[in-house]
Amino acid sequence: MTLQPAPTAPLREHRFPRVRGERHRAARLGSLIIALAVMLPVATILFVALSGTGEAWPHLLRYVLPQSLGTTLILLGLVAMGTAFIGVGSAWLVVGYEFPLRRLLSWALVLPLAVPTYLAAYAFGEFFHYVGPVQTALRAVFGFESARDYWFPDIRSTWGAALVVTSVTFPYVYLTARVVFLMQGRNIADVARTLGARPARVFFRILLPVARPAIVAGLALVMMETLNDIGAVEYLGVRTLTLSVYATWLNRGSLEGAAQIASVMLVIVFLLLTAEQWARRKQRFHSARGTQMHVRPPRLPLRGFKGILATGALGLPILSGFGIPLFVFVRYVSKRLYQFADPQVLQAFLTSVTVASITAIATVVIALLLLNAMRLSRSPYTMALVRLASIGYALPGTILGLGLLLSLAAIDNTVDSAARTYGGFSTGLLLTGTAASIVIACTIRFLALAESAVRSGLEKLPPNLDQAARSLGKTANQSALAVLLPLLKPAILTAAILVFVDTVKELSATILLRPFGFRTLATHVYENASRGVVEDGAVAALLIIATAIVPVVLLSRPLMRDHNT
Amino acid sequence: MLTNKLIAARAGLAALVAAGTLATTLPAAQAEGTVNIYSYRQPFLIKPLLDAFTEKTGIATEVLFLDKGLEDRIAAEGSNSPADVILTVDIGRLMNAKEKSITQPVEDETVNSEIPSEFRDPEGHWFGVTTRGRVVYASKERVEQDTITYEELADPKWKGKICMRSGQHNYNIALFASMIAHHGEEKAEEWMKGLKANLARKPSGNDRAQAQAIYAGECDLGIGNTYYVGLMINNEKEPEQKDWAASMKVLFPNSKDRGTHVNISGMAMAKHAPNRDNALELMRFLGSAEAQSIYAETNYEYPVLPGATVSETVQSFGQIKPDSLPLAEIAKNRKAASEMVDRVGLDDGPAS
Repeated sequence: MTLQPAPTAPLREHRFPRVRGERHRAARLGSLIIALAVMLPVATILFVALSGTGEAWPHLLRYVLPQSLGTTLILLGLVAMGTAFIGVGSAWLVVGYEFPLRRLLSWALVLPLAVPTYLAAYAFGEFFHYVGPVQTALRAVFGFESARDYWFPDIRSTWGAALVVTSVTFPYVYLTARVVFLMQGRNIADVARTLGARPARVFFRILLPVARPAIVAGLALVMMETLNDIGAVEYLGVRTLTLSVYATWLNRGSLEGAAQIASVMLVIVFLLLTAEQWARRKQRFHSARGTQMHVRPPRLPLRGFKGILATGALGLPILSGFGIPLFVFVRYVSKRLYQFADPQVLQAFLTSVTVASITAIATVVIALLLLNAMRLSRSPYTMALVRLASIGYALPGTILGLGLLLSLAAIDNTVDSAARTYGGFSTGLLLTGTAASIVIACTIRFLALAESAVRSGLEKLPPNLDQAARSLGKTANQSALAVLLPLLKPAILTAAILVFVDTVKELSATILLRPFGFRTLATHVYENASRGVVEDGAVAALLIIATAIVPVVLLSRPLMRDHNT
Repeated sequence: MLTNKLIAARAGLAALVAAGTLATTLPAAQAEGTVNIYSYRQPFLIKPLLDAFTEKTGIATEVLFLDKGLEDRIAAEGSNSPADVILTVDIGRLMNAKEKSITQPVEDETVNSEIPSEFRDPEGHWFGVTTRGRVVYASKERVEQDTITYEELADPKWKGKICMRSGQHNYNIALFASMIAHHGEEKAEEWMKGLKANLARKPSGNDRAQAQAIYAGECDLGIGNTYYVGLMINNEKEPEQKDWAASMKVLFPNSKDRGTHVNISGMAMAKHAPNRDNALELMRFLGSAEAQSIYAETNYEYPVLPGATVSETVQSFGQIKPDSLPLAEIAKNRKAASEMVDRVGLDDGPAS
C-alpha cells in the first residue's frame, strides 16, 4: 500500500510504449469521425456566429454583457462553493464514517438529480412565496398582516437562483467525489492516521488534494449545467448570459448575435477546462492496487449526538433538493389523481424511458470509444478533440438543438436534392423532425456527463494493470476489454445513471426537434406549464422525478455492493 | 451479475420499443385529409378549436407545439417542410415569420371578410384571430382611482408600488414598442426610467404572479394581459387564485384618449404547405363565428370577428377601447424597445 510517484498528467499515464507494428489506426480514425460528428451542432453554432456581423456588439458590450457576465460569474461562484461544500462533505461523511441511516442517505443524496432545474425553481418559488407554507407559518406565528410588516428574502434573485441550482446539482460532485473516496481515499488516510494525524488534518491535507481532480470534474459538470440553464433563471428573473442569448435571438431577431454570445460562453468554458488541466499537469494520484476497490475499509463510528448531527447534516440537502419539489408537486397532484390514467401521460412516460435508455447506452459507448482512443493516442490533439466534443453541454439546450437542426436539415435537403437530380425521386427529410434526431441531440448534449464520469474512473486505475496485460501478450484493445472495462464498472454505471436521468429531464432540445405527436414527460409538463398552469403538469413532473429515481436506485445498489458501502 | 442481465434485458426491450416509436413518428408530410400545424400556442388551448374543425370538415389535424425557434425550424426544413399552418401569439412573431420568408400570401374572400383589415397583413402573410389587452391590475383595497394611463405609470406617486414580468418578454416588448410609436424614442426612454424607478421589485414571474403579488400586498399595480384574469376568476382547481383575482380590479389604460394597447394571436400559411387546401379550410374556420366564440369562452380572449360575443367574465371587466395604431407600426419598434429595456436596465429592478 504505497503511493506511486509518477510525475505526469493523468491520462498520459495510460499511454504505452508503442508495440512494434501497432498503429491503432482504426481506433484513432474511428474516434476522430465520432468526435467530429459529435461536434457538428457546436461547429454549426460557431459557423452561424462567424457568419453574422458585429453590429449587435456595441449595444451588447455597453448595456448587456457587463451586467449579465457579472451575474453569471456570481451565480457560478455561489453554485461552485455550495456544491463543492455539500458534495464533498457528504461524500466524505458517507464513505468515512458510520452513523444512523447512513446507507439510506448514501443513495438518497443522489435523488435531487431527478428534479429538473426548471421544476425546482418553480417549486422553490411556490414554497417560499408569500402565500407558500413558510411565510404563511411565519405570519401565523408572529401575527403579521401583510408583506409590508416583515422582511423575507426574495427567492427571485441571484442568491435564490444559486440556492435552487445548488440544491439539485450538488449530486454531481457528491457522485464523483464518492467514487474517489471509495476507490482510494482510505489507505493513504490510514497511513496518515498511523502517523498521528487528526481526522480534520487528514481530510484537508491528504484526501482533498487526492480527490481534487474528481471534485473538479464534478464541478465542471455543475458549472456547465448552470450555464445552460434557462428555465430557472427565466422564472426567477436572473439576467445571465443565457438569458441574453435568448433576448438577442427572440426579441431582436438576431440568431447570429445569439450564437456569438453562446460562442463566448463556450470559449470561457474551454479556457476553464484547459486551465484546470494545465494546473494539475504535474500531479498524479492513482492507487497502487486496482484490487483494493474490493477491500472493505473500516468506517469510523460516530456515536451519540455526533451521529445524529451527521444524519441531520446529510438530510438537509436532500430535503432541500428533493423534499421541497416533492412537497409542492404532491400537493397539486392530490387534486389531480385522475391524470394518472390519462393515456397521454402513459405514452409520454414510455417515450421518455425509451429515449433515455437508448441515449444512455449510446452515450456511454461513445464516451468509452473516445477515451480508449485517447488512451492509445500519443497526441495532445486527440485530447483537445475529445474535450471539444463534450463541450456542447455548456450550451443552452435550445441553441445546441438549433445547431443540430440546422446541420441535419442541411444534410437532409442536400441528400434530397441529389436524389431528385440523379434518381428522379424525393427522399424528403430523413432525420430532421424524427425521434432519432432527439436521441442524437441528447447523446451529443450529455456526452460530457459520460465522458467525465468514465474518465474519473479511468484516471484512478493504475497503468501497470494495463502494462501487465500487455506484457502478457494481449493487444491494447484486448487489455481494455478484459482488464479495464470490468474495473470501470462503477464509473460506467454512474455515467449511465447521469445520462439517463438528464435525458428524462431534457426539455429544450426535445421540444425543438421532435416530430408530430411525440411527447415526453418533460414536454408534457412544459405544455401545461407554459401558460402559468404548472399545477396541471404536476403529475408528469412527479413521474419525471419517479422515472429518474428508478435507475438511481437500481444502479446504486451494485455500486454499493462493489464497495460494500 | 443479475443486474447486468437486467440492464441488458432492459436495453433490448428499449431498442424494440424505440424501433416501434421511430416507425410511427416519421413526419406525416402529405396525407390525404390532414393539416399540419406548427404552433406557439399551447395544445390544450387550441385543442377545442381543432376538434370542432375536424368534426365540421373531416380534416384531421397534427399539432407540433414549440416554445422557441419555430421560425428557424421551418426555415431549416426548407421546401420539404411538412408545416401547413403557423399559429402564434404576438404581432412581432407574425411579422418575423413574414420577414424570414417562411409564409405565403393568402388572398381569400372568406378569410378577408371575417378578419378586419387592421388585424391582418396587407399582403395576406398573416392574420390575427384574437386580441388581448395589456392592462393594469390594481389593488381594490389600496388603489382608489378607476382610470389610469400608461404614461402615469412613470409618475413618482407610484414609487415602489408597481410589479411586472420581465421587460424582455414579448408582451411587454410590444407595449414598449407602442410607447415608442406614440411618443418617439427619447420620450419613451424617459418614461421607462420613471417606470423602473416605481417598481416594487425586480421584474420576474409571469402575468399571474403579478396578481399574486398584489394579493400579497407586495405591490399596488401590476401589468398583465386580460385573459389571465378570466383564467384566475374561473380556476376551480386552485381556488386561491380566485382570491388573487378578487383582490384586484382591471383598469383599461388610456381608455379616455388613444385606447388600450392590444396584441394579437394569429395564423399564417407556411410557404411550402404540402396541404394547401386543407390549410386554407382551417384558416377560414378559425375566423368563423364558431371558432371565434370558442376562443372567447375558453380562453377569455377578444374575438376579431365583428359582432362575435365576448365571454361574460371578460365583459365584467368593462369595455375595452383598443388603440387604433396599426399593429405593423408597433412591431417595427420591437428591436428598439428590446434594446431600450437593456439600456435602462429595467430588468435590474428599482434599486440599480
